Amino acid sequence: MNRTPLTEPRAEGADRRAVAEAHGICKRYGPTVALDDVRIAVRAGESHALVGRNGAGKSTLVAILTGLQRPDRGVVLFDGEPAPGLADREAWQRRVACVYQQSTIIPDLTVAENLHVNRQPTVRGQVISWRRMRRAARELLDAWGVEVDENVPAGRLTVEDAKMVEIARSISRGTRFIILDEPTAQLDSRAIDRLFTHVRRLQRAGITFLYISHHLEEIYAVCQVVTVFRDARWITTAPVGELGRTELIEAMTGGRGVGAAPDHGVIRSPSADAPVAVRVHRLSGPHFTEVSFAIRSGETVGLTGLAGSGSHQVAEALAGLYRPDSGRIEVLGRPTRPGSVPSALAAGVGCVPRDRHHEGLVPELSVAENASMTIMGRLGRLGVISRSSRDAFARRTITGLDIRTDGPAQPVKDLSGGNQQKVVMGRALATDPRVLVLINPTAGVDVQSKRALLSVVDRARAAGRAALVVSDELADLRTCDRVLVMFNGSLAAEYTVGWTDEELVASIEGVGTGHE
Amino acid sequence: MNDTAPSGRTKGPTPGGGPDRAVRHPVRAIALGRVRDLALLPAVLLLLVIGAVSNESFLERDNLLNVLSASSALGLLVLAEAMILISGKMDLSLESIAGLAPALGFMAVIPAASAGFGSELPTWFGLLIIPLTGALIGAVNGLLIVKLQLNGFIVTLAMNIVLRGVLVGMVSGKTLFDAPAAFLALGSDSWLGVPVSVWVAGACFAVAGWALRYHRWGRAVYAVGGNAPAARAAGIRVDRVAWGVLVIGGTLAALAGLVIAGRVGAINANQGQGLIFTVFAAAVIGGISLNGGKGSLAGALLGVLLLGMLENLLTLAQVSSFWIQAIYGAIILVALMIARLTTGESQE
Repeated sequence: MNRTPLTEPRAEGADRRAVAEAHGICKRYGPTVALDDVRIAVRAGESHALVGRNGAGKSTLVAILTGLQRPDRGVVLFDGEPAPGLADREAWQRRVACVYQQSTIIPDLTVAENLHVNRQPTVRGQVISWRRMRRAARELLDAWGVEVDENVPAGRLTVEDAKMVEIARSISRGTRFIILDEPTAQLDSRAIDRLFTHVRRLQRAGITFLYISHHLEEIYAVCQVVTVFRDARWITTAPVGELGRTELIEAMTGGRGVGAAPDHGVIRSPSADAPVAVRVHRLSGPHFTEVSFAIRSGETVGLTGLAGSGSHQVAEALAGLYRPDSGRIEVLGRPTRPGSVPSALAAGVGCVPRDRHHEGLVPELSVAENASMTIMGRLGRLGVISRSSRDAFARRTITGLDIRTDGPAQPVKDLSGGNQQKVVMGRALATDPRVLVLINPTAGVDVQSKRALLSVVDRARAAGRAALVVSDELADLRTCDRVLVMFNGSLAAEYTVGWTDEELVASIEGVGTGHE
Repeated sequence: MNDTAPSGRTKGPTPGGGPDRAVRHPVRAIALGRVRDLALLPAVLLLLVIGAVSNESFLERDNLLNVLSASSALGLLVLAEAMILISGKMDLSLESIAGLAPALGFMAVIPAASAGFGSELPTWFGLLIIPLTGALIGAVNGLLIVKLQLNGFIVTLAMNIVLRGVLVGMVSGKTLFDAPAAFLALGSDSWLGVPVSVWVAGACFAVAGWALRYHRWGRAVYAVGGNAPAARAAGIRVDRVAWGVLVIGGTLAALAGLVIAGRVGAINANQGQGLIFTVFAAAVIGGISLNGGKGSLAGALLGVLLLGMLENLLTLAQVSSFWIQAIYGAIILVALMIARLTTGESQE
C-alpha cells in the first residue's frame, strides 16, 4: 500500500533523550501474565510504533504508561525522572496523553468547550468566560495548525478532525508525548492521509508519538522506530528502515505465520457457466443510485470505496439491514423483501455486519448463543432450544473457525477482538448460506485471525457459495475474483484478478484510472 | 481501549492447555452464573434467621403463607417489569394498570347502585375485560415506544398519570364493593391450603422463567435487550419482541391488580399507587439491569421475597406505621448495597 510516501528513518534518533521509558515491566492479572519483563524507550521527536498481535500486551503497556495501572515490577520514567503516583492524575496528564480508538470528545459541546472540559477560563473566580474560552481555543488550534471552527459542536467534525481536537487538548494540558491507540480504525484512506499529514507536522514541531496499529503499512508511513511485543514479551526494537515487512511479521508471529496477504496472483477459474446467485438490479437509496451487479455461485466479489461511497449500504441492503428506495435484489432467482433481515436469511444470505460491537454481538450472551442466534428456530422443536444441540453446534463452530475460548458457555465479551469476529463469522455461516456478505470482515483483528477469517472466503468458494466482501483493505480484496469500486454512490470501476495496488487505490480515491 | 485487554485476562499464558480447560471452565462459568442469580440468597436467609429469632410467630406456617400471599401481587408486577427491563425497555405505568384494569372489570359487572357503569354484563365478560385492558394498554405503550420511537420512560410516566386520572375520574371517590365472588377468588381463595394467588404467581414465574431460559422467544428478549442492532442483524424481529413483552407485562399487571382487589375485597382509586418504586427496587436488588439484557427471574423472585419478608417483619415488630416507610426505604438502600457487594458488578 503506497498511498503515502515513506518517511526516512532518522539516524540521529538513538542518542536523543527518552521522553518516556519503561524497564523491566511485569504485570499479572491473576494467573495470566500480561507483561513479562518488557522495555520500551521513546525518544524525543520520534514516532515510535508498538506492534504485536492481540494479547501481546500492548494495551496493558499503554495502561501502565498512562498511569491507569501500576506495574507489578519495573520502572516508568518520563524525561529521566520517575513517574508520579497513580493518584496524581494531573501530573500524568502533563507528561503523557492517549488518544484511544473510541473518541473521548463530547459530541454536543462545541470544540472550544471540549478543549477546556473542566478547566474553563473564568472571570471573578467562578464565572465561565465564554469569550476567553473561545479565544484560547482559537489560539491553540491555530498554534498547532488544526483547521476546525472552534464554535461548532464537536460531533459534527470528521473523525480525523475530532482526533486532532483530542490531540490538541492533550497538548494544551502540557504533554509533548502522545500515545495513538489504533487511531485509524474508523477512517478511510483519505482521512488517514490527512491524519498522517497532521501527525508528521506535529512531530516536526516537537511532539513525540507512540503509535499502535494493526496496519503495518501505516507504521512504514509515519514511524521511525518500531518495537515488537509477542506473548507478553519484548521481542525487538529497531528502526523501521532496517526491519522489512517479512521480518516484522515474523517478529510478531514468532515466525509461524507468513503475512496478512494471501497467495498473490493465483489465477482462479471464474466459473462463467455457474448459475447467478445474486442479482442486484438498479438499486437506489439515500446513499447510492442505480447500482447493478451479479455474483455467480462460487464467485467472490470485492466491493470497495471511500467511507461515504455507499459500498457499505449496498452490502447491507443485500443482507436486509438497509432499506433501498427502489430497485430489486434477487437471490437464487427469487426477489427478497427490501429491508427485511428474516427475508434475506430465508433466501440464503449470511452476513457479517460492519461493526461487531454494534450489529455483530450481544456481549453478555455466550459464544454459543451468539453463534446460533440466526438458527434459534432449528435447535429444537416448537422453539424450545435444546442445549445439547446448541452446544454441539457451538463446538463445531469453535473448532471450524479456531475460536480461542473456554467453551460454548463463555460470555462473548470476554473474548479478544479477533475471536469475537470469528463468532460473528460463525453466526453468518450458521444458516449454511448460499450467499455470504462480509462487511469489513477483518477490521481491528490481529494478523493470524485475519488469515483465519479470510480462509473462510476460500472455503466458501470451494463450497460453491457466492461471496461479497466489502472492505478497504487491499489484503481482503486480493482474495476476490473481481473487485467493484464505488465512488459517490455509483459503481465506478471493475477489476479482475491481476490489478495493481496503484490502480485500485486511484480508482477508490476517484482520481481516474488512466496513467499519470 | 482496543481489544487486547479482555484477551489478556481470559487467555491463559500457555495456549497448549487444551483438553482439561474445556472440561473445567464451563463448570466454573455456570457456577458463576448461578452465584449472580442467587446473590440475594444469603440476605434472604439472614432475614429468615433474624425473623425467627426476633419473633416466634414468624416461622409459623400461617405467617409464611401470609408473606407469600402478600408478595404475590408484587411478584406478578416484578415479573412483568423484569421481562420488560431485560428487553431493554421500561414501563412505569404498570401500577396504574393494576388499578384501572380490575376497576373496569368490576364496573362493567356491578350494578349502578354500587357505582358500576350500569351495564351489568355477565361475570365472565368482566373477568375477560381485565387482562384485555392490561394487554391493550401494553400495546398502546408499545405503539408509542416501538413504532413512534418515543422515549419509554417519559411515555409510560405520562401513561401512568393518564391511567390514574381515568381511574380517579371513573370511580369518583367511591369504593367498588359488591363484586361477584369470582372476582375476588384470585386474591382470597385457597387450594390445598395455599392461597390461589401464590399458586398463580408461582406458576407465572415458573413458565416465564422457563421460557426466558429455554425458548427462542425468551432468548430473543435477552438478545434484543443486550444489543438490539445485533439481534436485528441475526434476523430477530426486534420490534415484535419488544412489543410482545410490553403486552405480556400489561396483562400480568392487570392480573396483579385482580390479586390486590381480591385481598382487599374492594377497589378504590388508590389501588396500586406508589407500587412501581417497590417493583423497580425488587427487580434491581434481584440483579435485573436497568440497561437491559442482564438478570434472571430467579433473582427477581428473590428480590420480591426479600421485600415481602421485610415488610412482614416490620409489621410483626410493631414498628409505628408512621415510620414504617422510612425504615422500609432505608433497608431497600442497604439491600441494594449488599447486592452490589455480593455480585461485584455495578448496577447500571
